[in-house]
Amino acid sequence: MSTIQVQTPGLQTTVQDLGRNGFGPLGVSPSGAADPISLRLGNRLVGNVEDAAGLEMLLLGGTLVFPRGAILALAGSDFGAILDELRIDVGTPVEVRPGQTIRLGPTRSGARCYLCVQGGIAVNAFLGSASTHILSGLGGFQGRALRKGDVLRIGSASKDFRRRTIAPRALEHLSPRKVLRVTAGPQVDWFSESSLRSFYAGTYRVGEQSNRMGLRLEGAAVAQQGAGQMITEGVSLGAVQVPAGGTPIIIFVEQQTTGGYPKIANVIAADIHRVGQLRPRDEIRFELVTCDEARSLLVEQENMLASPELILE
Amino acid sequence: MQTRTTDAAQFQRASDQSLLVYLGQRITLEAHERVRKLLRLLERKPIAGVRNLNPAYCSILVSFDALKLNHRDLEEILRGYLDRLDATPIPKGRELQIPTCYGGEFGPDLHEVAALHGITPAQVIELHASVSYIVYFLGFVPGFAYLGELPEALATPRLDSPRRSTPPGSVGIAGKQTGVYPFATPGGWRLIGRTPIPMFRPGRKVVSFLSIGDRVRFTPISAARFATMENA
Repeated sequence: MSTIQVQTPGLQTTVQDLGRNGFGPLGVSPSGAADPISLRLGNRLVGNVEDAAGLEMLLLGGTLVFPRGAILALAGSDFGAILDELRIDVGTPVEVRPGQTIRLGPTRSGARCYLCVQGGIAVNAFLGSASTHILSGLGGFQGRALRKGDVLRIGSASKDFRRRTIAPRALEHLSPRKVLRVTAGPQVDWFSESSLRSFYAGTYRVGEQSNRMGLRLEGAAVAQQGAGQMITEGVSLGAVQVPAGGTPIIIFVEQQTTGGYPKIANVIAADIHRVGQLRPRDEIRFELVTCDEARSLLVEQENMLASPELILE
Repeated sequence: MQTRTTDAAQFQRASDQSLLVYLGQRITLEAHERVRKLLRLLERKPIAGVRNLNPAYCSILVSFDALKLNHRDLEEILRGYLDRLDATPIPKGRELQIPTCYGGEFGPDLHEVAALHGITPAQVIELHASVSYIVYFLGFVPGFAYLGELPEALATPRLDSPRRSTPPGSVGIAGKQTGVYPFATPGGWRLIGRTPIPMFRPGRKVVSFLSIGDRVRFTPISAARFATMENA
């Protein structure tokens, strides 16, 4: 049985797949990879199905030993990975020989790097998914981020190493974007014209307190008109909610399923993966699009991801 | 702005991949029953392309795969469901008990709540345990049940600054709501007791102790009984 031994865990390394859907009535959010496109690409590079479980690393990666070797690929941000002595690139699969060690350092680009192994990370599924929900301690590897000394199992797979790379055109499309496209939120009427103008004109900084539950933004406060009383309702992924203080929060993958703050806007489906690559102190802006435009952008992105020229062999 | 009205409900786009269906404008038993009915219909006959449902007091958030479904088509399909709402029976909720040890280290805010209302801690306990609460919905975190309504005399504002962490099993009150924290999460509700019963039980066939529509009573227990039950 192939394994991964955790020598140092990094800042916050968790097992993630594409999440668990359909358990909203139990208060369970989907969770899953914060940058799902990078996880999907990483899995395809090693010949896995797109939703196989991989490791999501945040800002600073760890040191991992592969006693029996593995075929792995990194996707997402560049954490300056080194296999024994050799630098390995994001987006290219490598064959790890038995006993080799991979060291990942601090990020050189966005917030998250994904490590995918052929066969996937094998953990017991919770409600149909391997993804870790940190706050409730459910799913993934013992419901938590990895620690020194943990041993992860790699799923069985017939060893099949192929050189693959991601087409440059696709990488360009997926490169970081600091302008998040949003549609109007369900309580947009609660905000005055001038509040909306300043929201869309303003630059917001990603706060240090941000995590998989939500990104706290620093910047111009967004004032609400009057003082309406919200009745708690379902909150959608990427909702930009405005608490009483007026500084927005982007609701993210490990989200609370319901909430009582008004939502001014909502990050579109095609840009959710970009939110997963935002680091604390990054500066972002919002750009308003219609639902139809948002759908066209999603279709375009998925067509690009489905294209046979995406992964070059 | 984006709201379209039918006789039965209002639709509001929440994002490019979700739609809010409002089944009432206020927290009432009637709205709650309509939420349960629509949820039941949607669970029994799922709509292709719908990924998730988030019921709340008087609404359901319907999340969908925007590659397979759009708002207009979803609204059209939902109208068919809404037409059947009145004819849909809902099963009677279960009657459940939540044994609770009030005050002391388990309910650090009990005395403050009593002082705010000018009554004794014993009266707070008596009031809290005096009524049967309805599970309006589960939300926020896995297994967290929004229970209502508190007796008017106990309606209490949230803490000015939320606790960074609330011990699992803590019984809190906020406004006219009460609930039990399933996990050590941040929380702004005032804590008056704690139950040894796990609210969320991964590994069991039914993972959540409470379900939407259940009726719940809190029953006071001693610290000794709490310890016995916790170790059982």
